[in-house]
Amino acid sequence: MTEKEKKEKIPRQPMPEQDPKKRSMNFDEVPYGYTPELAQKEASRCLQCKKPKCVEGCPVGVKIPEFINLIAEGDFIGAAKKLKEDNSLPAVCGRVCPQESQCEALCVLGKKDEPVAVGRLERFAADYERAQGTVDLPQLPPPTGKKVAVVGSGPAGLTLAGDLIKFGHQVTIFEALHKPGGVLVYGIPEFRLPKAIVEAEVDYLKRLGVEIKYNHVVGKILTVDELLEMGYDAVFLGVGAGLPVFMNIPGENLCGIYSANEYLTRSNLMKAYLFPKYDTPIAVGKNVAVIGGGNVAMDSARTALRLGANNVHIVYRRSKTELPARAEEVHHAEEEGVQFKFLTAPLRYIGNADGWVTGMECIQMELGEPDDSGRRRPVPIEDSNFTLDVDLAVIAIGTGANPIITGTIPNLELNKWGYIVADEATGKTSRERVYAGGDIVTGAATVILAMGAGRNSSQAIHQYLMNKS
Amino acid sequence: MFKILEKWEMADNTVCHFKIEAPLIAKKAQPGQFVVLRPNETGERIPLTMAGTDPAQGTIDIIFQVVGKTTALLRTLQKGDAILDIIGPLGRPTHVEKLGTVICVGGGTGIAVLYPITRALQEIGNHVISIVGARTKYLLILEDEMKNVSDEFFITTDDGSYGRHGFVTDALKDLLDERTDIKLVVGIGPVPMMKFVCKTTEPYGVKTLVSLNTIMVDATGMCGACRATVGGKTQFCCVDGPEFDGHQVDFDELMKRQAAYLKEERQSYERFQKEQE
Ligand SMILES: Cc1cc2nc3c(=O)[nH]c(=O)nc-3n(C[C@H](O)[C@H](O)[C@H](O)COP(=O)(O)OP(=O)(O)OC[C@H]3O[C@@H](n4cnc5c(N)ncnc54)[C@H](O)[C@@H]3O)c2cc1C
Ligand SMILES: Cc1cc2nc3c(=O)[nH]c(=O)nc-3n(C[C@H](O)[C@H](O)[C@H](O)COP(=O)(O)OP(=O)(O)OC[C@H]3O[C@@H](n4cnc5c(N)ncnc54)[C@H](O)[C@@H]3O)c2cc1C
Ligand code: SF4
Ligand code: FES
Repeated sequence: MTEKEKKEKIPRQPMPEQDPKKRSMNFDEVPYGYTPELAQKEASRCLQCKKPKCVEGCPVGVKIPEFINLIAEGDFIGAAKKLKEDNSLPAVCGRVCPQESQCEALCVLGKKDEPVAVGRLERFAADYERAQGTVDLPQLPPPTGKKVAVVGSGPAGLTLAGDLIKFGHQVTIFEALHKPGGVLVYGIPEFRLPKAIVEAEVDYLKRLGVEIKYNHVVGKILTVDELLEMGYDAVFLGVGAGLPVFMNIPGENLCGIYSANEYLTRSNLMKAYLFPKYDTPIAVGKNVAVIGGGNVAMDSARTALRLGANNVHIVYRRSKTELPARAEEVHHAEEEGVQFKFLTAPLRYIGNADGWVTGMECIQMELGEPDDSGRRRPVPIEDSNFTLDVDLAVIAIGTGANPIITGTIPNLELNKWGYIVADEATGKTSRERVYAGGDIVTGAATVILAMGAGRNSSQAIHQYLMNKS
Repeated sequence: MFKILEKWEMADNTVCHFKIEAPLIAKKAQPGQFVVLRPNETGERIPLTMAGTDPAQGTIDIIFQVVGKTTALLRTLQKGDAILDIIGPLGRPTHVEKLGTVICVGGGTGIAVLYPITRALQEIGNHVISIVGARTKYLLILEDEMKNVSDEFFITTDDGSYGRHGFVTDALKDLLDERTDIKLVVGIGPVPMMKFVCKTTEPYGVKTLVSLNTIMVDATGMCGACRATVGGKTQFCCVDGPEFDGHQVDFDELMKRQAAYLKEERQSYERFQKEQE
């Protein structure tokens, strides 16, 4: 038996998780994570490839075989440190990255068997380190005397802030909301990404000396030009794609119809799921329709279940294979009882005298020729209309660029959708000393891509600052 | 944390006025803009208009009516206490220009929202006629302040206990009948009042601005909670407003959307009142 054949004998280790019946009624995190034993067992499956395919699939090039080897050897803290060389938020990425289309998609074991559970191992190492108490601070270089303003505290801004402070620059983050983390706090629910994890990451940055100013809507209280005049040597814009997209169909302004942004912000950021202990209310539907098929739709649907809905439908205009959500989220949603209505699109909402939604007229679709995205285009089937009883609908069909800041920066080049035009490798924009990255450049994408953009910009800003003097 | 420097109560303690330390916001704020505040960790984010600002002293003024949990909670705060979060200035400033003769109509706590706009309209050189109204005499707020920034000044009360007996719209209609030089009407108050102000001015073809107090969450254009139909199109009041051409506004939809959480609001308020006992 060759070394390879021996390793394949150990199956991919599942991660223990809460029972679907029980968890669909609480907001606690779904998976419990690996125990050290399970982690070591899973890590031992890795072949330690000389030319690891997995790393090619990772947008930030995490040293995957190296960190997995450290886990196999029982050096969990060492594994966490190794991860952090390339990824400053491993506890977050281990939970939310679409591994099945990144590292794990390319893992050689996946050809015959199941790939190594890179994501679960990443999560394990990061959680292990956090559970040990305070994470050691690295030695910082002497201050350079340069100051950088970061707008937005999502994954792009946090990554960049962490890098720049470690180069010895002074960093201030300006955040519009009252909490840091961007989508990680206002969008992704507690049961998928506990807020304590984001807080721990932000605390670490604060201990390194990053200053965070909350409640600062840049473009309103201060403009980017004012920041530059105030003595910031460079500004990074990591403001995300925070503009809800509606469908502009009749009845969309009835009560009980939310954008996913509003629904999730109420529940996550404002903790409406703890109403009345927390003051912000949220409508609890009995029959809920969530329109869309991405992670945002899955999060909304699973939130609705937990808030007490009897029936939650995901209404998606293509078929199951086209669902853009992570496979794990779809699987979890199905397990918890979310019902899927594929090849269905809403046409209009019906309301009662009080202005509340009572129904949604839909039309059946079929898949036609592939469109620009390469996916088969959904086409309505004539006379296939039907009405779904709903008392709550959440629209999760995507987000756009919010003009609140971009509209106040003269000469900043935007593309036709309002996103900032920035160089992919450096984040440089058409404005000198102004850099941008994350969803506000790419449109709604992923946590790891936003982090990668933050990393690229931090290198470019550092170079710029050091050449300047 | 934002410190409360002064506190006054008015209208038989149903309305509260805070002067708050917020230097950066004070420096930037313009008439018509508002702030969002969250009193404490478990609190809701609510929008309140800045009734005044003092950039030199670094302060802003808010005047609010106690209508539910959050405003009742705010009222329990005293001089020296602090509010956890204040975000602003938000919304588009009022477009203030010299037009000639303008009428400013305010009802209830809407007068607090109207006041800085009225002042700005007068400062730029308009002839300002103000009509302020309340249900009854003791509920009328900012009488002297409004008088000071108006060239002509009228008061109405629903019960006739002060000023003219009747609604602000009665006084408004008389003015529109008497004068043909009215270039603009600004009407701010409870939604039914704004709706009737618009109904009153419509036959005269006088442009009418209203300020829409929709429910808001982030107030930065991120959620759409504040959407209203204006001219057949959906607008986000927090970034596209709060002021709109009143003749284009779907007031009935607005009223229904404002009432979306009545049940929860009552529950919250009752819970709070029990806690206070
Ligand atoms: C519900 C949901 C679920 C998701 N699930 C996943 C997932 O499972 N896996 C995955 O990889 N990705 C997921 N995503 C996508 C991912 O979260 C985003 O791509 C990522 O967060 C983008 O990061 P960012 O730093 O560019 O911006 P954001 O995370 O959007 O952060 C931007 C920050 O900037 C602040 N800001 C905006 N304007 C201003 C201003 N004018 N002044 C000051 N601050 C401002 C915002 O308040 C916010 O805090 C999900 C997104 C959502 C909404
Ligand atoms: C742009 C704007 C400016 C405003 N300026 C003033 C002002 O200067 N003075 C003043 O007294 N009031 C003002 N309001 C109204 C004020 O925000 C509400 O009275 C307040 O939110 C009530 O909160 P509550 O918890 O005390 O009462 P609740 O019992 O929660 O609500 C009472 C009513 O207030 C409205 N309301 C509730 N929650 C919100 C929310 N999050 N956002 C907006 N409205 C809500 C609803 O219509 C509700 O029926 C303004 C509203 C807007 C949108
Ligand atoms: S490709 Fe798979 S087996 Fe090879 S190093 Fe990466 S995780 Fe290990
Ligand atoms: S309050 Fe959220 S978009 Fe206006």
